[in-house]
Amino acid sequence: MSCQTDEARTPVEVQGWWTTGGEANGFNKIIDLFNTAHPDLCVYNAAIAGGAGSVAQGRIKAAVLAGLPPDTFQVHMGHELLDTYVNIPGGSVMAPLDDLFAANGFNDLFPQNVLDIISSEGHPYSVPLNIHRANVLWYNKAVFTANNLTAPTTWAEFETAANTLKTAGVTPLAIGDSGIWANGMVFETILIGTLGVEGFNGLWTGATAWDDPMVTASLEQYKKILDPANGWINTDHSSLSWDQAVDKLIDGSAAMTIMGDWANGDCTAKEFADYGWAPAPGNSAIFQALSDSFGLPALAPHPDETRAFLAWLGSAEAQAIFNPYKGSIAANTTSGDPPAGELQYNAYQKSAQADWKANPIVPSMEHGAAANPAWSSAINDVLTAFVADLDVAAAQSALVTASGDFVTASRQTIATR
Amino acid sequence: MRRITRDRVLSISLIAPSILAVAVLVYGLIAWTGFVSTTKWNSLTPDYTSVGLDNFADIFNYPRFQLDLRNTVVFTVFFVLASLAIGLFLANLLDRKIRGEGVFRSIFLFPMAISFIVTGVVWKWLLTPSAGVNLLVGLDPATNRWLTDPTVLHLPTGTILNDIGLGFLATNQWGVPIALLSVVIAAVWQLSGFVMALYLAGLRGIPDELREAARVDGASELRIFRHVTLPLLTPVTVTAVIILGHISLKIYDLTVAMSPTGVGFSTDFPATYMWQTAFFANQFARGAAVAIVMLVLIATLIVPYLIWNRRQEISR
Repeated sequence: MSCQTDEARTPVEVQGWWTTGGEANGFNKIIDLFNTAHPDLCVYNAAIAGGAGSVAQGRIKAAVLAGLPPDTFQVHMGHELLDTYVNIPGGSVMAPLDDLFAANGFNDLFPQNVLDIISSEGHPYSVPLNIHRANVLWYNKAVFTANNLTAPTTWAEFETAANTLKTAGVTPLAIGDSGIWANGMVFETILIGTLGVEGFNGLWTGATAWDDPMVTASLEQYKKILDPANGWINTDHSSLSWDQAVDKLIDGSAAMTIMGDWANGDCTAKEFADYGWAPAPGNSAIFQALSDSFGLPALAPHPDETRAFLAWLGSAEAQAIFNPYKGSIAANTTSGDPPAGELQYNAYQKSAQADWKANPIVPSMEHGAAANPAWSSAINDVLTAFVADLDVAAAQSALVTASGDFVTASRQTIATR
Repeated sequence: MRRITRDRVLSISLIAPSILAVAVLVYGLIAWTGFVSTTKWNSLTPDYTSVGLDNFADIFNYPRFQLDLRNTVVFTVFFVLASLAIGLFLANLLDRKIRGEGVFRSIFLFPMAISFIVTGVVWKWLLTPSAGVNLLVGLDPATNRWLTDPTVLHLPTGTILNDIGLGFLATNQWGVPIALLSVVIAAVWQLSGFVMALYLAGLRGIPDELREAARVDGASELRIFRHVTLPLLTPVTVTAVIILGHISLKIYDLTVAMSPTGVGFSTDFPATYMWQTAFFANQFARGAAVAIVMLVLIATLIVPYLIWNRRQEISR
C-alpha cells in the first residue's frame, strides 16, 4: 500500500467497491503479491465504499465518461460491462484484450460460456476474477431438523415445507429487499425453474417472449410466495437488507433465504456454521452465475503496466488465493486449491466448484450478466410495484413493454453448455 | 455615464468571480440540462441527436414517475401543513414569557441542526416494524407496519365519482400511501422547531399595544389570535411555506436514508428516480428531463414569491 510514495514505481490505479471484510483482505493480498513480484510497479486499491458498489459504479462511470478513467476498474461481466462501456454510440471506451488473452492462454483457461459473456463480436473486454452463484437456497439446519424437513427441490415441496414451518411459528422464507434486487433474485430463480435453461436465456436474447404463458406461471408462483395471506415471508422484508435476512436465518426466526453465495461468506463472518444449502427450488443442476471482472479503459494512463496486472488477476494462482476470502470460486478452470498456509476453500465452495464444472450455466439479470442496466432497472421498477400490488397481468404487460424497449438494443447470443 | 472611479473598478472586480461562477455553474448548467433533456443521450457516451420532448413524454407515461409526482404532492401538503401547525402551536406556548424559555427553544430547534441523513437513519430504526416504536409502546408489528405498509388510502371506488366521470380519483395514483406518512413524521420532527423559531420572532414583532387595544374592546383571546395575531404573521407564514416547500419538492437525502424507493414506490421521489435512471440505467437524457420537471415544480413556488416580495419592497 505504501508503495504509492515511491516515485521510482509506476502507479496503477484500481477502482472498485471492495473496502472491508474478506473481499478487501483477499484483494489487497493479491495486489501485495503482485507489487512484490514487480518492484517497478505500484498497484493500489482506490476502492470507493457505499451502497453495495452503487456509489463506486456511479463514480467510475462519471470518470470514464469524462475521459479520465482509472487504469482498471471492477465491473460485472456481461451486459453491465458490454452495454455500458463497449457497445455504445461513438464506439467502445474499453480496449479489446485479444493480445492479453492470447499471450496468457486465457482462451483455454476460462469456460467457453464465460468467454462469450465477456466478449463482444469475438473480442474479450475484461478478465473475470471470480464466479459467484446466484440461485442458492440457504437454510438453518437446526430448524429443518426440528421440523423433520429436507431442502425443497421444487416449489410444490417448498409450499409444503413453508406451511409446516408456519405452523411451528417460524418464518419460512426471509427476504431483505430494501434493495429490490434481492427480491428480483427470487423471481429469477422461479423463471429459471419454470422456463429451464434455454427458455430463461431466451428471455434475454428475444427467443422467449415475455408474454409467454410460462412467464405468467412464474409470476403466479412468485405472487403465491409474496402474498401476505400465505404468511410465507417476513412482513418487514422491505425494511431489511439481504444480510439482515440472513440474520433471521442465523437466529432461527426464519428457516430459509434465497440469496447468492455471498451469504456463505456472511454466515462464516458471523461465525455461524449450522447452515445448509441447495439449489433454489426447481434450479437443480443449473448454475446461475455472475462475476466480478476487470477491464482496460481505452484511455487508461498506464496500459502496459495494467495489462501485466490483468494477466496476474486471470492467473490460476491469484484466483486460488483471492476466492476463499471472497467466498466465490475461481473463473479460471485450471485454478486449484490455494497454496498451503493460505485460507482454503470451505465445504460450500467445494460443492460450487463441482457444480461449476458439471452444470449448464445461466446469467444473472440482477447482477449485470443477462441484461443491460437500463433494462434491469426497468425490470426492477416492475418488481417494486409488483411486490406491493401483486397484480400479475399488470406486471407481465410492463415486463413486455420493458423488453420491447431493450431486447433489441441488448440482443446478444448467450452461450449455453 | 458615471465616472470610472477606483472604487467602482474594485467593486466590479470583486463581484465578477461570483457572478461568473453563478452564471456558469448554475444558469449555464441549467441550460445544459435543459438541452440534454431533449437529446437521445441514453447510454454512456453523449448522443446529441434531438428527439424533441420524447423524454418528457416517456417519463410522464412511466408509472413510477407518476407515483413520484403523487408522492411529492402528498408529502408537500402533509409536511408543510403539519410543520406550520406544530410550529405555530409551540411558538405560542413559548410566547407566554415562561421560565426556561431559552432551554425549550433550544430543545425544539435542535433537530434542525442534524443532517437529514442522520434523521433518516434514526427514524428508520424507530419505524421499522420489528423494532423501535412498536417495541417501545408494545404495538403489534403485524398491524403497525409503518414504513413497510404497502397500503394506499384512496377515495372509495364505485361511488358517485364514477357517475361524474371522476372515477380515476379513486385509484392508488390519487391516494395517500401509509408508508409515506412515516417519512412525513420524520421531516416534521426535524423542521417544525425551525418554523417555531420563525413564528416566535414574528410574534415578538407584534406590538403589545395592538393586542391590548383589542382586549380593551372586549375581544376574547381566541378572536385576538384569529383577527389580530394571525394576519400580522402572514409574511412569516409565506416565508415558512417557501422554505419548507422548496425543501419538500427536492427531498432526497431523508428518504434515501430512510426508505429509498419504498414498497411499491410508496416513498419514491423524483430525485431518487432521477439519480437511478441517470447513473444506474445510463439514461442521462431521461434523468435530465426529470431534473427539468423538478426545476419547474420549484419555480412555480419560488417565482410568485419573488414577485410578491419585490412588490412588497416597492410598496415600502
